[in-house]
Amino acid sequence: MSLTPYIVLSAILFTIGCVGVLTRRNAIVVFMCVELMLNASNLALVTFAKQHGNLDGQIAAFFVMVVAAAEVVVGLAIIMTIFRSRRSASVDDANLLKY
Amino acid sequence: MTFSVTAALLAAEGAEKSGHGGIPVIEPATADGVFALMWLVIALPLAGALILLAGGAIAPKALEAWGHLLGTLTAAGSFVISSMMFVALWGRAEDDRSITQHLFTWIEAGRFDVGMDLLYDPLAALFLMLITGVGSLIHVYSIGYMEHDARRRRFFGYLNLFVAAMLMLVLSANYLGLFLGWEGVGLASYLLIGFWQHKPTAAAAAKKAFVINRVGDIGMSVAIMLFFVTFGTTAFAPISAAAEGASSATLNALGLLLLLGACGKSAQVPLQAWLLDAMEGPTPVSALIHAATMVTAGVYLIVRSNFIFERAETAQTMVVIVAVVTLLWGAVIGCAKDDIKKALAGSTMSQIGYMMLGAGLGVAGYAFAIFHLLTHGFFKANMFLGAGSVMHAMDDDVDMRHYGALQKAVPITFLTFAMGYLAIIGFPGFSGFWSKDKIIETAFAENPFVGAAALLGAGVTAFYMTRLMLMTFFTNRRWAPEVHPHESPKVMTVPLMVLAALSVLGGLLLLGDWIVTWLEPVVGVAEHHEPPIAPLVLTLIVTCVVALGVATAWFLVGRQEVPREAPQEVSLATRAARADLYGDAINDRLVVRPGVTSVWALSHMDRVVIDGTVENASLSIAGLGGVVRRLQTGFVRSYALSLLAGVLIVVLALLAVNLR
Repeated sequence: MSLTPYIVLSAILFTIGCVGVLTRRNAIVVFMCVELMLNASNLALVTFAKQHGNLDGQIAAFFVMVVAAAEVVVGLAIIMTIFRSRRSASVDDANLLKY
Repeated sequence: MTFSVTAALLAAEGAEKSGHGGIPVIEPATADGVFALMWLVIALPLAGALILLAGGAIAPKALEAWGHLLGTLTAAGSFVISSMMFVALWGRAEDDRSITQHLFTWIEAGRFDVGMDLLYDPLAALFLMLITGVGSLIHVYSIGYMEHDARRRRFFGYLNLFVAAMLMLVLSANYLGLFLGWEGVGLASYLLIGFWQHKPTAAAAAKKAFVINRVGDIGMSVAIMLFFVTFGTTAFAPISAAAEGASSATLNALGLLLLLGACGKSAQVPLQAWLLDAMEGPTPVSALIHAATMVTAGVYLIVRSNFIFERAETAQTMVVIVAVVTLLWGAVIGCAKDDIKKALAGSTMSQIGYMMLGAGLGVAGYAFAIFHLLTHGFFKANMFLGAGSVMHAMDDDVDMRHYGALQKAVPITFLTFAMGYLAIIGFPGFSGFWSKDKIIETAFAENPFVGAAALLGAGVTAFYMTRLMLMTFFTNRRWAPEVHPHESPKVMTVPLMVLAALSVLGGLLLLGDWIVTWLEPVVGVAEHHEPPIAPLVLTLIVTCVVALGVATAWFLVGRQEVPREAPQEVSLATRAARADLYGDAINDRLVVRPGVTSVWALSHMDRVVIDGTVENASLSIAGLGGVVRRLQTGFVRSYALSLLAGVLIVVLALLAVNLR
């Protein structure tokens, strides 16, 4: 069985996530796109694990999941706090930290 | 440990040779009996100083009321112990009159081992008597003189501190302990000159004295280091034994360095400029510190270091040169001053020049230097205190042009002052007559030019002292009508009387050459030379020169009305003498201005070159930051884009490397 489709799918998902992060203003959507990128990389890791016949990639994928879960907790909390104080979830509005 | 053994060996070795060259080696015995109290001589005034200076916070009321008595008592206590020790020392055999007391180990670091040791010998004994005796009298006098001063307790604290330091100076058995006292008296002198610190002139004078003394102290401290390097110790005894073996270059260097130290402390040219300004201090201070005791420390240092100077010809010659220059320098200044204390200060400078001259003449002169030091201590303290009494009578006016015809108004002061006056000019029979005559005699035996200079100095001394005497107590009355001169209280006049008696009788020390014999264990036996001029003839010549000086003063000052304002149309010489022979101007040109200029240049370089480099570097980085910070737009998605671009570049770079 060829693994190429999996890699291609992973690449497509990653690209979608990447474009989403760069173009979308809503912080929640940006966040979801980040998750998409993480999962795309997970898919790639698992695929490569399969290809090499060992579990290294799968373990790495688990680590990514754990990090992603932690990131969600912190990230959502930040987004919520920003929304509370600024009444907006747009990433462009959170621009106080600049020159 | 190795060092002390070596020192002991050296001492033992030296003991065998002690006759060699006639320079005695110090071999002290351990203190016992009354000598065990030696430490108390220093400890008493030191304790007094501590209580008076630090106790103000604990018992201010009691110390305000009794502090001056406490201060006087500690000084008097030291005097009593000193007298007891003096008598005991007199009772000992002549070759056994050197006693040491080890108090504690002061510094112990490897080979550097300095004990807090005291050395009591005939030289120290005389100094102890002078310091504690005159010191106690001046304490008593100060009770009256400082009566209305709000800070009298502090004044007595400083006086006690001075006495303790001065005693440490003359009792220490090594140069480091001597240096401790040396710096201590410097500190006390600084504090007391600037005692009336609300006067800017007093504060400046204190600073000046301190700074000029530091120059001399460089000589002292380098000499101490050189002592340690050469002999491995700073104690007198082992050095006096080992000095024989040192090279003549080292000994000369040591001698010159010690001379530099002595010049600073004893106000000798070229470090003389501070003494005249030091008169800003209260008058008892001028009497105690700047006439009788501290300023003679330089003479003590040279006599104490006779084992160096006897072997260092160049240094000894330099001592004579410095002494001759100073004795004339001070005398000339004394001639033109209208400020009574400054005239006396010039005189002090000149008289210390005589002592230095005696000390520079070697074995033949040491005893006479110390003899003159003692008699000068008596008559100059007497006259300074007398001047203080006159100032007291004249509402603290020091200008002699405002005095005149005071002998009726302050009779006791006048009479006691007259005793001091007759002593200093060398009126036959008075103490100064014997001591100065001996120095002039020794100087003539050494070198006719030096002798002639000393003789000239005696004439000038007679002139300016007569001028001072006439302007103060005789001539026309010049005080303002609102001034009512009155005699000082008993507490001030009794010390004057005692000192006047000592000024008259001080010559007794020479009876049967007592003082010469007394000091022989310390300075050695002088070889007897046939003097080029018979002593009696010379005495006659000196007396004639003195009479000439007195007569000149009478013709120039005493015969006519003295103007109340100093005449401005005066000769060049008078103008120079009024300006202290341009001592300050010389210092200013040679030292202060080059110093100020170089400091200015250095600080300018620091500001422009070093600070400039650093500041410009930081400024350019700050400027760069100002440009680069524009990248921080606050626009999150642009950060994400640059992140992506960075990742892409890294990936492409990796691919480029791996694919090649």
